[in-house]
Amino acid sequence: MSAPLAIEAPRARAGAWLVSARAWLFLILLLIFFEIWSRAALHVTFLFNGFNMQSIGVFTVQPLLLALGQTFVIISGGIDLSVGFTMGFAAVVAAHVINAAQPEIGPAGAFVVGTLVALAASAVPGLINGLLIARLRIPPFIGTLGMFGVARGTAFLLAGGTTISVNNPPLVFIGTQEVGGIPAIVIVTVAFLLGLHYLLAQTRFGQYTYALGGNRQAAVRAGIDVRRLTVSLYVLSSLCAGLSGILYTGRFLAGAAQAGEPLLLDSIAAVVIGGASLFGGSGTVFGTLIGALIIAVIQYGLVFIDVEPFWQFVAVGIVIIISVLVDQTQKRLGGGRQDE
Amino acid sequence: MSDAAPLLAAKGISKRFGGVQALKGVELSVAPGEVVALAGDNGAGKTTLIKIVSGVFQADAGELRYEGSAIRFANPQEARRAGIETIYQDLALADNLDVGANVFLGREPHRRVLGVPVIDRATMRAEARRSLDVLDIQLHRYDVPVRTLSGGQRQAVAIGRAIYWKARVLIMDEPTAALGVPEQRKVMALIRNLKAGGVGVIFISHNLGDIFEISDRIVVLHRGVNAGERATRATNPDEIVRLMVGG
Ligand SMILES: Nc1ncnc2c1ncn2[C@@H]1O[C@H](COP(=O)(O)OP(=O)(O)OP(=O)(O)O)[C@@H](O)[C@H]1O
Ligand SMILES: [Mg+2]
Repeated sequence: MSAPLAIEAPRARAGAWLVSARAWLFLILLLIFFEIWSRAALHVTFLFNGFNMQSIGVFTVQPLLLALGQTFVIISGGIDLSVGFTMGFAAVVAAHVINAAQPEIGPAGAFVVGTLVALAASAVPGLINGLLIARLRIPPFIGTLGMFGVARGTAFLLAGGTTISVNNPPLVFIGTQEVGGIPAIVIVTVAFLLGLHYLLAQTRFGQYTYALGGNRQAAVRAGIDVRRLTVSLYVLSSLCAGLSGILYTGRFLAGAAQAGEPLLLDSIAAVVIGGASLFGGSGTVFGTLIGALIIAVIQYGLVFIDVEPFWQFVAVGIVIIISVLVDQTQKRLGGGRQDE
Repeated sequence: MSDAAPLLAAKGISKRFGGVQALKGVELSVAPGEVVALAGDNGAGKTTLIKIVSGVFQADAGELRYEGSAIRFANPQEARRAGIETIYQDLALADNLDVGANVFLGREPHRRVLGVPVIDRATMRAEARRSLDVLDIQLHRYDVPVRTLSGGQRQAVAIGRAIYWKARVLIMDEPTAALGVPEQRKVMALIRNLKAGGVGVIFISHNLGDIFEISDRIVVLHRGVNAGERATRATNPDEIVRLMVGG
């Protein structure tokens, strides 16, 4: 018997943990920065103001929901550019269906029917995306870019070019009220996020999503039905967008085609800042949560300290670049195999 | 040995990739407890043939017979379910997943936490460690992505995955190419063990020393056709090389 071969492998697990620790640290530093600034410049607290924290929570919901679906798609090695308008499409559908149903079956019934129909409608763009990508092998970037246009046009057509007011008590409660000091919309989102975390981290579905992004060939040879998986992933992404659209109608008492228009890039940014690679194979739900919080804190914080709103774009852009740079530097210094 | 009924047989297999006729009417069979070496120069069609047998590709013509009856594998899953495990030349590992996840990819065990089923990563790691122990390869950590392992360690993971599932037919496409000499010996010993346990082994290698040491029969491919087949005892390396170069 020869001596067992034992070779030290880098601690990549610790590396993954470090990514999220770093993002948390960055979030804390951001909060401290805004606290100091607002005390110095405005003589008020930023952090210990319940209203601010609630607003940031509510402000995070919509981009976070898009980013959560995007997380799964990006881990699998794809991208979904259509989420913003799928969200608008779902918002418009929800508003229309609730307005039509409420006089007939009352608020509670209209809420249930409107939510289910809007979710079902939002699944359609995802289904088409998935089939285009999985069956016809259209690159995700192109397929979902096409769907971006289709969903956008359809949403504006359905809305007749305007926003559709809707007043449905259960939906308005979720969108605007608090439970125990926490906005209901935040509670709904957190519950949904925990479900997605379970799906990604603890089930075969999640495991296969990572495998697909890591090596499609390996996934196929392990017997994973990668086509069905791909379709499911794009449907999941558009369901997240659909939920975001439904909550939007509760929050703003209206459905609007452009509801998700500015959120696409924020959603991708949240995933990347959260430590995922755009090449696929890595990323986590909690990473994306921190990414979305970082973006929301920057955007809200800059408004709070009275900086011109356009600086938000600059700041978020810089954070994206820095987070990718730091990630690569860390890989070079510590975890993982280095590039050649 | 070769008069035992074949466990798995490929008959008249043809496969074309665009303008390349990779295989033309090729025959290959393996009996329980038999080790068949598949030899041939680069591009002879060895990998293509075993990918057809393991369900990765579909043959354009020809048939597969398993335990005496015709069978089709629409995908690798069906072949694995039937008891055919394959170690691929390109290893087919998900580099971003850890050792346990790769060994169990597609067949993850679950445990329950408060009634909720979750993937049992601890079991996957422990079992992966045991299957690598057979090769006497120990890693310091089993929870790192296989991307961070050496070429030989990665090859060991691919071998460990195939042997863990107790196949009836084991197909190995150049399984020792990246291994050090001691580990190569372990793989040879492993094949001998599997053979004693009645497993049919198809073994692709460019190493004539290994082929002559381990195999019962040698099948030679040349440019996509059978160039010859010999009982290992009744031939010699010179003759095999002549067959390989089409002489
Ligand atoms: N997926 C594919 N698409 C197109 N052509 C292919 C494909 N796979 C193999 N070929 C072609 O089929 C022929 C046989 O290749 P194969 O990989 O089976 O050879 P091999 O005997 O395994 O060679 P090696 O010893 O180098 O591994 C080659 O000409 C190769 O170019
Ligand atoms: Mg080959």
